[in-house]
Amino acid sequence: MRYMNKSIEELHELLVKGEVTSKELIDESLKLSHKLQDECNAFVTILDEAKETKVTDNLLSGIPFGCKDNYSTKGILSTGSSNTLKDYVPFFDATAYEKLKNAGAVMVNKTVMDEFGMGGTGTTGHTGTVKNPWDKTRMCAGSSSGSACAVAAGVYPYATGSDTGDSIRKPAAYCGIVGYKPTYGLISRYGLFPFASSLDHLGVLTRNVKDAAIVVDNMKGIDKNDMTSWDSSNIHLKDSLTGDVKGKKLCYIKEICDINNYKNPSNELKEHLENFMNTIQKAKELGIEVVEESVDQTLLNASPAVYVVISCAEATSNMSNLTGIIFGPRGEGDNYIDMMKDHRTKGFSPLIKRRFVIGSYVLQSQNQERYFRNAQRVRRLLVDKWKELFKKYDAVILPVGSGPAKKLDGSKDILTKETQVLEEHLQIGNYGGFPSITIPNGFIDNLPVGVNITGNCYDDENILNIAYALESTMPYKNQIAGIVGGEMDE
Amino acid sequence: MSKYKTKIGLEMHCEISETKTKVFSSAANSYSSIPNSNIRPVDMAFPGILPVVNKEAVRMALMTSMVLNCSQPEYMYFERKNYYYPDLPKGFQLTQETKPIPVGIYGKVVFECNGEEKTVRVNNLHLEEDAASSDHLYDITTIDYNRAGVPLLELVTEPDLHSADEAVAFLEHMRSVYQYLNISEADSKKGQIRCDVNVSIMDSDLDEEDPNNWGTKIEIKNVNSFGGVRDAINYEIKRQTKLKENGTYDDMEQQTRRWDEESGTTIAMRSKVDAVDYKYFVEPNIPKFKISKEWLNEIRKNIPELAYDRKKKYMNEYGLSEYDSNILVKEKDISDYFEKSISIGTDVKQAANWVNGMILSYLNYNEISIKDFFMTPEMLKELIDLIESKTISSKQGKDVFYKCLEDKKDPKQVVKDEGMMQITDENQIMDIVKEVINENLEQARTFDPQNPKALDYFIGQVMKKTRGKANPSIASKLMRAELEKIVSE
Repeated sequence: MRYMNKSIEELHELLVKGEVTSKELIDESLKLSHKLQDECNAFVTILDEAKETKVTDNLLSGIPFGCKDNYSTKGILSTGSSNTLKDYVPFFDATAYEKLKNAGAVMVNKTVMDEFGMGGTGTTGHTGTVKNPWDKTRMCAGSSSGSACAVAAGVYPYATGSDTGDSIRKPAAYCGIVGYKPTYGLISRYGLFPFASSLDHLGVLTRNVKDAAIVVDNMKGIDKNDMTSWDSSNIHLKDSLTGDVKGKKLCYIKEICDINNYKNPSNELKEHLENFMNTIQKAKELGIEVVEESVDQTLLNASPAVYVVISCAEATSNMSNLTGIIFGPRGEGDNYIDMMKDHRTKGFSPLIKRRFVIGSYVLQSQNQERYFRNAQRVRRLLVDKWKELFKKYDAVILPVGSGPAKKLDGSKDILTKETQVLEEHLQIGNYGGFPSITIPNGFIDNLPVGVNITGNCYDDENILNIAYALESTMPYKNQIAGIVGGEMDE
Repeated sequence: MSKYKTKIGLEMHCEISETKTKVFSSAANSYSSIPNSNIRPVDMAFPGILPVVNKEAVRMALMTSMVLNCSQPEYMYFERKNYYYPDLPKGFQLTQETKPIPVGIYGKVVFECNGEEKTVRVNNLHLEEDAASSDHLYDITTIDYNRAGVPLLELVTEPDLHSADEAVAFLEHMRSVYQYLNISEADSKKGQIRCDVNVSIMDSDLDEEDPNNWGTKIEIKNVNSFGGVRDAINYEIKRQTKLKENGTYDDMEQQTRRWDEESGTTIAMRSKVDAVDYKYFVEPNIPKFKISKEWLNEIRKNIPELAYDRKKKYMNEYGLSEYDSNILVKEKDISDYFEKSISIGTDVKQAANWVNGMILSYLNYNEISIKDFFMTPEMLKELIDLIESKTISSKQGKDVFYKCLEDKKDPKQVVKDEGMMQITDENQIMDIVKEVINENLEQARTFDPQNPKALDYFIGQVMKKTRGKANPSIASKLMRAELEKIVSE
């Protein structure tokens, strides 16, 4: 009998009935963790000492989960997948993790990510590349790579993630699972290693929408340690999943979804967009009105640059605390400047250093107006445009990426300017702090692809309910990549 | 008149010492001699920490902004000032630049210097966090993060000051303001006040209103005492004057210098071309928040009486001299003691005399603060009442004062224990008067009412018998009457 492929509610029922114990679940999850580690390298730490918890009314009690390694976990190694923190053991918990712990959830591993969340490939962590459980020659995307990999492989029903540009929602698509990033401030950021504070969100990766709702119900809440968090005591995500979506209105954006907008499209792209239109058809069958909208191509094209400028600027400042003086390996040198330089030179990967240079450059007083402030203005324009759409529609629905997971050796995925907006439009959800969820919507070449639904701030219940209804029309709910499958009790 | 006119601007940093917690952290805002004891993860910038604004610190900053006649912003923002230094754990300081608007801009302060009224314009006032403190030892540097995150107010003036005297008088005025607003002890010995000083000189025959005529701005960093400010300015005036005299002044670049207390000189640190680019940007973890009109009105309504207001009150309502009033308001704690005394009904003139006389000299002599002074305003009232009621003489009052402080007893107890209570009961004194007359009957019969010395002798005898406790005026009145009776018989 396998348990870790089940949903949270199923597991809870089994636990309550006494058909399985928390310890048995943990043992199975740990065993799968080690197996998956050998295959895909998804974990920084596997917590073999994880202890069972008492089963209570809380749906999460007694059930294992994984935690992205940029969550501060008291007494447990938390590296952010960076050499600068390779031995860092925090003495305080991230609020969101503490809440899960208080719910009785059992953390069994810390998952690999792109270093400090910067990167979308799962190849920049200090413990090496994370492989896609559907096809090990492919990437999981990132930065919540290990979390997506492990949930897709059925190590546990959920893992936490963080999302600054698409770091939950794209790996979810590449791994055929659900990735949900709620409204900015619904979940406290206290204890999350920051990448770009104005864009950073916490969230979760699961195999169905209801599980995502259950987990975030337990992670959310106003926090005295995070001024951007807000009181959401009147929001009940799980309870809002009625499946009744008749009369809801969605829109998709012509400039992103119309195949005629791309010169010489690949077959993969054609299939992906066709598949997307099939999903639209299913939404209509549910009684949802779906309309094609048009957005200024120039504005859309500016989005990726806006992301680079703002995220790099905030990142370079946020990571200035990584000097090796107070924590992290102390650098060598005769004075503090040399010591800091040594620590940072040895600690960061080249990709991050490149981003720090960009961040520094755009913040310099002679460049700030041209780059940083202009990026902020365009960010505002994009957010205003989306808010305008939300006046007419419950949400914007769009395909995730230009197709399925890309090859790790890079042979197939030359990023073209043409598909850049398609690849990166999820950033707009971060610009506005919008609730945004990706669900699986099909396969291309036996590889999963996803669709994203993004709505207005504070409208999480509505967005999740639409995703929940749409999920029910497709056969991809609870799917598992077979890599570490097979009978566990053999 | 001097050939050159000096223009001085100040950047005055004052730690807010009266909030419970630090400005962006829940760690206690209190001085501790144990290094790294008042800290939370936020103060050492462990990964994942976030700043949380202390509303009380903002309230105090806004109140200061009002007192400086600045305008207050509609929204509150903080900005990151990015630079690397071991005493700056995050790698940036949370502060406020002039865009967006800080807690106060464009104000003016009127203060007194050597009896003359002066005005200085305030460019801006901003609220920020202090850095940690480092101790540079022989071969290592130790860092104490207790100070990291302590709220700091930085006041930037326009270059409207013209001498070291004016600069110091302004600083003293501001220290008094911070104390009277209950914002800070403003004690430079505790490092709570630190200054950067800008000094330039210009030919005095040119128009001061035209900035083109101004000299090259020299900034002197980290002057940490008022004496230091005076010395640094005077040194810098001399140094710049010399450059003018030998014709090299115009070659001098705008630069930052450091005040070296030991040598009493300023030392060049960096020129303008090496100026650090702090890459300011708005702190994203603190949402901009609206400062409501209601809140501002409430803050304004609760601005405490400042030294100037109290001085006017002492002179106009209490009829005290300007001299006495100045002494009373100089230190807020002293003035508070005086105010308390008045509020419990102590005679105003007597209270002023005692505070400005015996009490201040006692405090100065023993080098203690009035907060550590044993005699409460209630006890002072008791003492003054004992004298007023003639229970003790005013000479005895002084003895009681010292005895109170020495034995840690209240005045009534001292008077009782020392048997200092005056005899004012006329019957009791009359008995003694009669006793003295009987013992000196011969002299009594020859008593000459016109000779004052004759009466003194008899009074002396009364005092001798009562060991000085008989009320002298009653004794004198009764004795005279009694003697006159005998003579006329």
